[in-house]
Amino acid sequence: MSRASTRFDTKKVNSELVTLTYGALVTQMIKDLDNTDDVSKQLERLGYNMGVRLIEDFLAKTGTGRCLDLKDTADKIQSAFRMYLGVQPNVANWSAAGDEFSFILDTNPLTDLVELPDELKSLKYCNVICGVIRGALEMVQLDVQSWIVQDQLKGDQNTEIRVKFIRRLEDAMPAGED
Amino acid sequence: MVVYGVYIVSKSGGLIFNLDHNVPKIETEKTFSYPLDIKLRYENKKIVVEFGQRDGIHVGHVLYAINGLPITGRQLDDGRDAFEVLENKDNYPLNLKFGRPKMTTNEKIFLASMFYPLFAIASQLSPEPKSSGIEVLEADTFKLHCFQTLTGVKMMVVADRNQAGVEILLKRIYEIYADYALKNPFYSLEMPIRCELFDLNLKSILDQLEKSGISNI
Repeated sequence: MSRASTRFDTKKVNSELVTLTYGALVTQMIKDLDNTDDVSKQLERLGYNMGVRLIEDFLAKTGTGRCLDLKDTADKIQSAFRMYLGVQPNVANWSAAGDEFSFILDTNPLTDLVELPDELKSLKYCNVICGVIRGALEMVQLDVQSWIVQDQLKGDQNTEIRVKFIRRLEDAMPAGED
Repeated sequence: MVVYGVYIVSKSGGLIFNLDHNVPKIETEKTFSYPLDIKLRYENKKIVVEFGQRDGIHVGHVLYAINGLPITGRQLDDGRDAFEVLENKDNYPLNLKFGRPKMTTNEKIFLASMFYPLFAIASQLSPEPKSSGIEVLEADTFKLHCFQTLTGVKMMVVADRNQAGVEILLKRIYEIYADYALKNPFYSLEMPIRCELFDLNLKSILDQLEKSGISNI
């Protein structure tokens, strides 16, 4: 895969560009919708729509196969974080049943230059990431739930994103893949 | 060593993209005298050569024009019925143009949706569990290569039997699809791909493949 990785490297952009564009998007949404919860919900939906497209890019560039357990999935999402955000989150806090885990990010490029004003304390600023994870996994027939547990913007040490496996979408499985 | 066509079928089985590439156009024009020594038949809204193959006119070719007047269905462009013209002795000698039938978009959509259950049946017929569907379908004039992504989109390439490296080409087409169709915000999923950048990039790798082989794409 050396060919694919060299091609990918050439398209790197400064993370501040991403931070600022995302900031502009969130600011605009706060102006448009006056309810903070609605903004969080819209960010998640936005992320979902990004995820269903982004997964194809990830699969095409990495040539990765189908994963058969959640540990595998966690590894692959971890590498996707590295690919798309340039950060390497830790996978931690596995539930006893092995169906829930967290990504711990000590730096989050989306929130690099951001402080939340007091009146927006309930805003889930990086909810877009949860949406992306949900959308992308849905396209590979995994139904998951994803939410933010800890947020650096709210004074926590790290940003923690929790992922919970719900079920495999057997009926959406393409023929020859099940 | 050529690629004849590229097709992309969506997760739900609809044809979302097709490209004809490098199919040589075969047309023959010849002047005939009465009586016509080629048997013609009207089927599927085309006038087809049924019997009497000669001079580059093959069984299965379609009658496109009489004396330079194009034919639609069985009607000449001036409103006359083609068979009446052909049967009337006074009209001869006649100049007839025959050619290989072209597939219409509707026929392509029909065929693409036919391949979809075929692919599914293949994976169920398999004696081994967890089999993939059809990956290569071989005939004496072409090979159809199919690559299904984990999300269920099928990329298909119809190529010459001896064309090497089609698997790599299919992966490249997938990358182009991910880059130029899916990252286009105005493209909605599962809809036909009408993105100019996608077309351009796809054509450029097909050209590269033909010029310099598989190693450079």
